[in-house]
Amino acid sequence: MDITIIYYLVPSLVMFCCGVYGFVTRKNMIAMLISLELMLNSVDINFVVFNRYLFPNQLEGMFFTLFAIAIAAAETAVAIAIIINLFRASKNIDVTDVTKMKF
Amino acid sequence: MFSNILIYFVVIPLVMLAGLALCRNIRQIRAVAVTGSLALTALSIWLLVDYLALRAAGETAPMLYTGSWSWFGPLNINLSVGVDGISIAMLILSSIILLTGSFASWKIEPHTKDFFLWLILLSTGVFGFFISIDLFTMFMFYEVALIPMYLLIGVWGSGNKNYSAMKLTLMLMGGSAFLMLGLIGIYYHSAPEGAVRTWNILEIAQNGAISHGWQYFLFPMTFVGFGVLGAMFPFHTWSPDGHASAPTAVSMLHAGVLMKLGGYGCFRVAIYLMPEAAQELAWIFLILTGISVVYGAFSACVQTDLKYINAYSSVSHCGLVLFAILMLNTTAMTGAIMQMLSHGLMTALFFALIGMIYGRTHTRDIRQMGGLMKIMPFLAVCYVIAGMASLGLPGLSGFVAEMTIFVGSFKAGMTDYLAGNGSLRLVFTIIACCSIVITAVYILRVVGKLLLGPVQDEHHLTLTDAAWWERTSTVVLIICVAAIGCFPNFFADLIKFTFSPSIFAVIGMN
Amino acid sequence: MDITLPLLILAIPLFMFLLLGLVGMKMSHKLAGTLGTLGMGTVLVLSYTTAFTYFFSGAPEFINAAGERLQYMVFNTTWLQFTDTLVIKLGFLLDPISAMMLVVIPTISFMVHLYSLGYMRDHHGVYEHGFQRFYAFLSLFSFSMLGLVVATNIFQMYIFWELVGASSYLLIGFYYKKPSAVSASKKAFIVTRFADLGFLIGILVLSYYTGTFDFAALTSVPVDGLANVSQVSLGTAESVRSIFENSAAPMFMGASVLTWALVLIFMGGMGKSAMMPLHIWLPDAMEGPTPVSALIHAATMVVAGVYLVARLFPLYIMEPSAMQIIVWVGALTALYAAMVACTQIDIKRVLAFSTISQIAFMMVSLGVTDINFHHGIGYMAGMFHLFTHAMFKALLFLCAGALIHAIGSNDYTDMHGLRKYMPVTHITFLIGCLAIAGIIPFAGFFSKDEILTACFGNSMLWYVWMSLVAGLTAFYMFRLYYLIFWWKEHKVHEGHHQPSDQPWTMTAPLVILAAISCVAGFVPFGNLVTWNGHQMFPGENSFLTNLQHLDWAVAAISLAVAIIAILVATVMYRKENDLPAKFKNALPALWDWCYHRFYWDELYQFITHKIIFGCISRPIAWFDRHIIDGAMDGLAYVTNKASVAIKDFQSGKIQMYVWFYLAGALLLGAITAFCLL
Repeated sequence: MDITIIYYLVPSLVMFCCGVYGFVTRKNMIAMLISLELMLNSVDINFVVFNRYLFPNQLEGMFFTLFAIAIAAAETAVAIAIIINLFRASKNIDVTDVTKMKF
Repeated sequence: MFSNILIYFVVIPLVMLAGLALCRNIRQIRAVAVTGSLALTALSIWLLVDYLALRAAGETAPMLYTGSWSWFGPLNINLSVGVDGISIAMLILSSIILLTGSFASWKIEPHTKDFFLWLILLSTGVFGFFISIDLFTMFMFYEVALIPMYLLIGVWGSGNKNYSAMKLTLMLMGGSAFLMLGLIGIYYHSAPEGAVRTWNILEIAQNGAISHGWQYFLFPMTFVGFGVLGAMFPFHTWSPDGHASAPTAVSMLHAGVLMKLGGYGCFRVAIYLMPEAAQELAWIFLILTGISVVYGAFSACVQTDLKYINAYSSVSHCGLVLFAILMLNTTAMTGAIMQMLSHGLMTALFFALIGMIYGRTHTRDIRQMGGLMKIMPFLAVCYVIAGMASLGLPGLSGFVAEMTIFVGSFKAGMTDYLAGNGSLRLVFTIIACCSIVITAVYILRVVGKLLLGPVQDEHHLTLTDAAWWERTSTVVLIICVAAIGCFPNFFADLIKFTFSPSIFAVIGMN
Repeated sequence: MDITLPLLILAIPLFMFLLLGLVGMKMSHKLAGTLGTLGMGTVLVLSYTTAFTYFFSGAPEFINAAGERLQYMVFNTTWLQFTDTLVIKLGFLLDPISAMMLVVIPTISFMVHLYSLGYMRDHHGVYEHGFQRFYAFLSLFSFSMLGLVVATNIFQMYIFWELVGASSYLLIGFYYKKPSAVSASKKAFIVTRFADLGFLIGILVLSYYTGTFDFAALTSVPVDGLANVSQVSLGTAESVRSIFENSAAPMFMGASVLTWALVLIFMGGMGKSAMMPLHIWLPDAMEGPTPVSALIHAATMVVAGVYLVARLFPLYIMEPSAMQIIVWVGALTALYAAMVACTQIDIKRVLAFSTISQIAFMMVSLGVTDINFHHGIGYMAGMFHLFTHAMFKALLFLCAGALIHAIGSNDYTDMHGLRKYMPVTHITFLIGCLAIAGIIPFAGFFSKDEILTACFGNSMLWYVWMSLVAGLTAFYMFRLYYLIFWWKEHKVHEGHHQPSDQPWTMTAPLVILAAISCVAGFVPFGNLVTWNGHQMFPGENSFLTNLQHLDWAVAAISLAVAIIAILVATVMYRKENDLPAKFKNALPALWDWCYHRFYWDELYQFITHKIIFGCISRPIAWFDRHIIDGAMDGLAYVTNKASVAIKDFQSGKIQMYVWFYLAGALLLGAITAFCLL
């Protein structure tokens, strides 16, 4: 049995959908952050897979994935920092309750 | 740059601002305000004398003391200054009202320093506007004069002040939006194809490059833009609320000077630069301003708040200014400028007095006051004099201004009528004439209810008459009102010269 | 002629006004009063000198070789220049009528100044509150009135016209704590202001066509070789008329434009001279102090309208229809006011209506003038009546003031039988009544007789009409006289002083004016004042001239009418009886209408309050607050609402955004798919 591109794309799609589903339904910011990571990782997989299958002689997809992982790490650090600060201030990290700075 | 005398009209207020920032107590603040405004008054009077001397020596340029310093080269924006008789009249008016306004707000509370800072910033804008002949800087100063108004009313006002401040600022800003559109339009058509575009009024007038079609678009834009500030019907409603809520000095400056910016701008920009459209589209605005004149007067007849009465009266009188400007003949225009002077002084006097009365009785409702003549004779007599000036008693300023306007507009109306050009001007002139009766009705109504008759409220019996700073403020204004009323020809001559340049010959004005 | 005297005549009252107005309150009452009176006394001397110089010096600038009096402009300075030709000048014009007014105004004004020294204090000698202010205003009025009569152009006249209106306002409202005085002053100002609107428009029309405000340019021709001298001429008036006729639109709504202009100008005169229907302010103006009523509302200001018509007389001659209007207005007013005067209780109101009626006499007299009939006797008679009426009506008012001062009430019901208590007042009042009734040899006889002659020369209708009014005049004046001084014994109330004659400052003016009323009729007026300066009886300047030239047929009839009227009054009112009550009951409707002044005030009340305030001002104010302001507020409201409505798109809820994003992406995807397939 040949492992075709579809074997990678389907789990990646499932992952992405889980990410989207989690992002829009969870109210906890940590959970939303995890969902976001899920989406990012699914995209990363896609990059690698497409690179490997469609343009085997090039490495742009690989690099882009490494790049995205680095960015994601930084982004997670910032997000966690914001969330921790928020928690210190209001003992609450429910995204719907954070309305103090609106308008 | 500092060799030009006109620059000092902006420099002195800026120095005053710096001085105010350093002030530590109210005495210093008063000292700075009074010294500065006295300096401005002295400067404007010196300018008047010097100007007359230059004219007597045969100077025929339309604007004197001109100067120009580049500000932003690529768009040819300059700080260009220059004055003629009209601007000088307006500068004198502004400085006198700033001076008397400073006296009238002798005891303003709270944040005295901030109040004066904003007030002086406002007057910087006013003075800058009157000396500018560059449309862009003119517009900038115009905005500088408008914005502080919001804070001055919103913070130091009374009554429904937030609403009024917001309404006034938004409506005037709306006017500026039109105006800006108009000014930019003028800029893009300021020079013939291929030549360098300019913002300078004199150059634009000389080029005469604004095409007929564009004039049709730009004239209404600029006229409405300035007309909003000149309280033209139906864009006048900021005036009653705004004046009613504003503190005394702000009402004085606003009704006395800022509303004149409207009339001045209408003349200097809308009509001066687009004479053809002015002649053809005048009828629309004649109807609006003609309505303003009687409409304001009739509205004033039934108001019960002193400031509302005066605000509507301003609508009527300022309507007359725009009305006369649109008659496009020398006499009526001279009358319009005189009316601007006259109304500025007289309405400042009114607002000063109303402020003083309100400061004592804590009400402006004429139904709750009465017999003030017995309690505060000085203020009451001044009020009667202001009223007499307003209803056009000879010997005070209102009469000469109104008569000049009526003679001029009647002439324009009859000329139209006899030439078979319709009787619109004639009819509206006669309607405007009716305002002299209605004005008498509402002025005498207020005088009768407020000052004469029995004392309404026992508590008022203990009130005191004017203090020395209040007396200074009112007496200075009354002297000015009487000076114009007694020696009108001096002012008429000062103003008239502007109407002689060849530009007016283009449209066959007489 | 030297300009010092004329200049001083105007400058002294003005200076007095400023002095008393600015520092009067610091002065003692006595000083202020004395200063004012002395100032007016000086003006009296100066203006008498000026007037006598004009009439009798025979200088070439005053009278020409043919014995015709000329107009002389003593000075004329530019005050405000409208255009090259339309210039308001302030000047001093000497001609027969202005010289006559230079006699009338200072005389009455001085008498009133003197009289007020006594009148404006109570029985204990305490001065009225605002005594200095009173003298300041009197000076202001004198200044304005003098400025009005010497005006060289119609706009100067308008300026001073407004100023007399304002000083009248200030003086009527002198007792400013009294609401009735306040509203009376307001009414007077507004009604006359309304009339002045007509005047102003008239001036505008006239000046637009003729290009001038100057009386000289409108009505007279310059005299060769003499600067500033001109002579009244019909030729000038004719050329003015032809300017109008040759214009592009000579007619307007069925009448010539010149007629319109003249009628509008006359409207100003109707307001000031209290002609119907603009008369309603004058009776109310009696709320002012009585000396003021004597000065302003009897002798001087109210005749300004007559003076105005006289000033523009050559133009009025040009337009017979305008003259007709003047006659009709005058005649109706005369009859109306005389009828009303027969029923009033307040003695000052009787005198006020009598004033209206007498001024209407002058108007009629001007209106019926035919310049070919006795050299235009109507004009002369009108001016003559103006002169004599000023004297005897001021006298009557000052007597009324003395009575009011003594009794403390304006109503004759509180008086009755005063002849024994106040003999001087009694005699002088009687002289005044005889003069106004037109009994020979008192002043009113001559002037009224001339007026009736002029009416006779015009048409029988006016002659009969005005004779009837003259009879009514005699009747109501004697009714008043008997009700004040006879009727029944005076009842002195408990705790009141017995009424008596007043101090010399008050009686002296009465005696002087009474003396003038006795002799003024003999002034050979026809030689002094005629419409074109022509002397009617050249060379006959004796005190018998008027008697010699009397038209005895007319005179006898008018005397008979007056005497009959007086007899009727005597029968009805000399002793207490029930004849007046019977009369009243016989014609209740007529009496009611007269008593309520034909309900004019109610009509005006209705027009001003119900129509102007109720149907114009209030709706406009409402419209402004709700429609215009509402539109602006509505604009703000709509903007506000719209931003609130779309605010949810910017909720800041990140998950909402994702939903929107997803929905959008799906939609786009669906569309793309749809298009591709």
